[in-house]
Amino acid sequence: MSMNNQGRPTSAGETGTAAAHPTFTGNKALQIEEALIFEIGRPEVSGVDIPAPKKVKSRIGKLARNEAIGLPGLTEPEVMRHYVRLSQKNYGIDTGLFPLGSCTMKHNARLNEKMARLPGFGDVHPLQPASTVQGALKLIDTLAHYLKELTGMPAVAMSPKAGAHGELCGMMAIKAALEAKGEGHRKIVLVPESAHGTNPATAALIGFEVKSVPAQADGTVHVSDVKAALGPDVAAIMLTNPNTCGIFEKEIVEIAAAIHKAGAYFYCDGANFNAIVGKARPGDLGVDAMHINLHKTFSTPHGGGGPGSGPVVLSERLAAFVPYPFIRVGKGYALVEEGGKLDKGEQPFGRMSAFHGQMGMFVRALAYMLSHGADGMRLASEDAVLNANYIRASLADLMSLPFGNQPCMHEALFDDDWLKNTGVSTLDFAKAMIDEGYHPMTMYFPLVVHGAMLIEPTESESKASLDLFIAALRDLAFAAKRGDVDRFKGAPYHAPRRRLDETRAARTPILRWTPPEPFKEAAE
Amino acid sequence: MRYLPLTPQDRTDMLAKIGVAAVDDLFANVPKSKLLKGPVNLPHSKGELEVERILGAMAAENISASEVPFFVGAGAYKHHVPASVDHLIQRSEFLTSYTPYQPEIAQGTLQYLFEFQTQVALLTGMEVANASMYDGSTGAAEAVLMAHRVTKRRKAILAGNLHPHYRDTIETLSRMASDELVSLTPNPDDAGADLKAVAAAIDAETSCIVIQTPDVFGNLHDLTAIAKKAQDAGALLIAVCTEVVSLGAVTPPGAMGADIVVAEGQSIGVGLSFGGPYVGLFATKQKYVRQMPGRLCGETVDAEGRRGFVLTLSTREQHIRREKATSNICTNSGLMCLAFTIHMTLLGESGLRRLAAVNHANACDLADRLADLDGVAVLNKSFFNEFAIRVPGDAAKVVEKMAKNGVLAGVPAARLWPKDKALKDVILVANTEVNTDDDRAAFVAALGASI
Repeated sequence: MSMNNQGRPTSAGETGTAAAHPTFTGNKALQIEEALIFEIGRPEVSGVDIPAPKKVKSRIGKLARNEAIGLPGLTEPEVMRHYVRLSQKNYGIDTGLFPLGSCTMKHNARLNEKMARLPGFGDVHPLQPASTVQGALKLIDTLAHYLKELTGMPAVAMSPKAGAHGELCGMMAIKAALEAKGEGHRKIVLVPESAHGTNPATAALIGFEVKSVPAQADGTVHVSDVKAALGPDVAAIMLTNPNTCGIFEKEIVEIAAAIHKAGAYFYCDGANFNAIVGKARPGDLGVDAMHINLHKTFSTPHGGGGPGSGPVVLSERLAAFVPYPFIRVGKGYALVEEGGKLDKGEQPFGRMSAFHGQMGMFVRALAYMLSHGADGMRLASEDAVLNANYIRASLADLMSLPFGNQPCMHEALFDDDWLKNTGVSTLDFAKAMIDEGYHPMTMYFPLVVHGAMLIEPTESESKASLDLFIAALRDLAFAAKRGDVDRFKGAPYHAPRRRLDETRAARTPILRWTPPEPFKEAAE
Repeated sequence: MRYLPLTPQDRTDMLAKIGVAAVDDLFANVPKSKLLKGPVNLPHSKGELEVERILGAMAAENISASEVPFFVGAGAYKHHVPASVDHLIQRSEFLTSYTPYQPEIAQGTLQYLFEFQTQVALLTGMEVANASMYDGSTGAAEAVLMAHRVTKRRKAILAGNLHPHYRDTIETLSRMASDELVSLTPNPDDAGADLKAVAAAIDAETSCIVIQTPDVFGNLHDLTAIAKKAQDAGALLIAVCTEVVSLGAVTPPGAMGADIVVAEGQSIGVGLSFGGPYVGLFATKQKYVRQMPGRLCGETVDAEGRRGFVLTLSTREQHIRREKATSNICTNSGLMCLAFTIHMTLLGESGLRRLAAVNHANACDLADRLADLDGVAVLNKSFFNEFAIRVPGDAAKVVEKMAKNGVLAGVPAARLWPKDKALKDVILVANTEVNTDDDRAAFVAALGASI
């Protein structure tokens, strides 16, 4: 059958703006408004067919749950539609450039997803007999080997569940090492003001006192400032390298030496490891402990805020102080848990969580490493750094760089000095980027830079993609400078939602759905 | 390299634009002697097929839960997850998005978090829930810290029948934070005595008591009386649940007076995955919300008055409060929340109740069959889908023998309490909807042949 074009107009007719044509539903073509499951579901409906249970004598007794729970159900077609529509309100790496500084939003290979779902990894229980999970233990041990080789460190704790959990593990190892030496009195942890909030929060969580170290005008921490802060009560320094300003700490070796000389430990925040994989090894720089965000550097998906995985590599000085469980290789792979036989010198400090860590992330990270290889990982870091510098060099004439036009690592940091007197803020600029089809960069972080804009393109972007991004940012920058304030103040105009009222959300928190009043009465 | 879009020509052109001769000029801050001259000592890049071969071989060395009659539980449970769940969580816009810090382009994530929080609150019988913790055990440790903040006391009492991994996670953090902890002895034979011991330990310094139900041996507990006892002494009751399917059949801790409920949410939507990633559920009373750890999603409106969602009350969190934050948590378990909430939405109340009923009935059936076996004793008076048995001899050896006969029978208590001789003959046995009559027959036969 051929199409009948009789009477069908073949060119666009009368035009007008989208705003002039509101829709009955509030939908905008492919952008469809979606109610909450509580508004569309029914308690008696289910999208899962389960055969009737056997008739048995209940062992629940008077603890049976008899009251209505209030959980709505949807059938499978309704579920598909609900979550597909929700997904269409989200921006992901697969949607477009996601230059979120310090977050390393690189491509998430689907091979890695496929591997993590192999039944031999995805469908094994953590407490099966070790004889039935030899391949799973081998995978963890192989990944551990890769992490040690890439960092030049002799040991790694695999169980931490995310970056901040890794920090906690590293700082616990340091505390355990100090106590083992009878130096539990060391209570001070030095943290630069530019650090991620997790650093001071972690240190404080286990009773350390945080003392800040300044960064100098070039954006780095100077060994002289560290030396001035060191003393017999200092336990450790927590330093991010490359730092949150996107700069490699050029005095890091001297800083490490000074810390060690003072009897303290060097914790390195490894959030920015993607800049130096295969280029420099933290172990060679004097680091004692560093967490690695597998969900950043080794591409396990961020998943809308997790799950992460934060293994911690440890130097010779801390290698004895890993948490339970850990793997021992002998005749096969054994998992050493609490009460297990320890080798000489091993002094586990306890346990970070139930079971053995984020296996699903381990598989994905190892798939990434095997795919890239030593050569590809090195090249990936070089490309990540190259891409960031290309952006820096292409915007430096319009946007201001807080530490001068020097090379950066894998992220380029701008401040808001160039927006002075334009009436446009960093926030406005970020929201206007949304209208241009980009996820905004990290904004207002690090705290040491006014109106910070931290741009991390990662190695996953092509030159064409970067060129378009740069052109869009240049156009926005010109618009800001020529006073086109409306383009920014009301932005985003084209996203599924305009700016949201965060003050209202915090003042009277509505943290769950509650039935509307008439519904309540009907139910009673 | 299939993942790197830059061509050699691109790299040359870009270096020219930057104004440097070589990429290593961009690494000028790295001390020269520390800059690696070439790749590290690891294998070179591989195609998809080669990677699949290597990882496929490792995966093939493991026995997966679906291959054999499978009864292993103790904090992680084998359940059937509908196909649509795994499809939906792999939607690019969910899988490859970040924490929803830019709410205008993250309403998808935020709305499902809001729905998740509501489901968790309903399920646990509590007023509010957060947007997840890493897992149940870390959630439990955070709950203890939260109780310390609320009560301004620093002593926690852990029931003996709390999962030992949870106990150790709490114990490690408490010791590092110099907080006081009383950890009671496990009691599989008289679960009621465990609660009495907790009650007896409460004093004026006690910040919280931590009780698991179903407990690690599977016993169900009525927490009503002990909740009141704790609260009368100015302490909080933290209830732990490691099998959330039970909440489709058993009175939730919220209805029994719990102040904080932490749970492992893995059973709904999340695979076993050798222990992670899982999803920690964390719920409490409205009055404690500002002391909660973790992210919270809240409802608001946008500039045009339309309903929308944002992360809120972030002044509790590390990126704002730094060393004064309620927790150091940042990345949580977003995608696992999604898996949980999709599966829960598919189930609905009727499906969840049915699923729970099937789990319970299957477990009862196995318990009845085991009662007929000479030398085997089921220890529980009450249970949901998991119970403890005593067998003649060394339970770990029995489990190992049964594994050789193709049945993964459960967790020998010695795996969790290696030093407790009184538990040497105990096995924790879980039975869910995945177990068939044939599986249970195989269990009984293999156990009979192994003792």
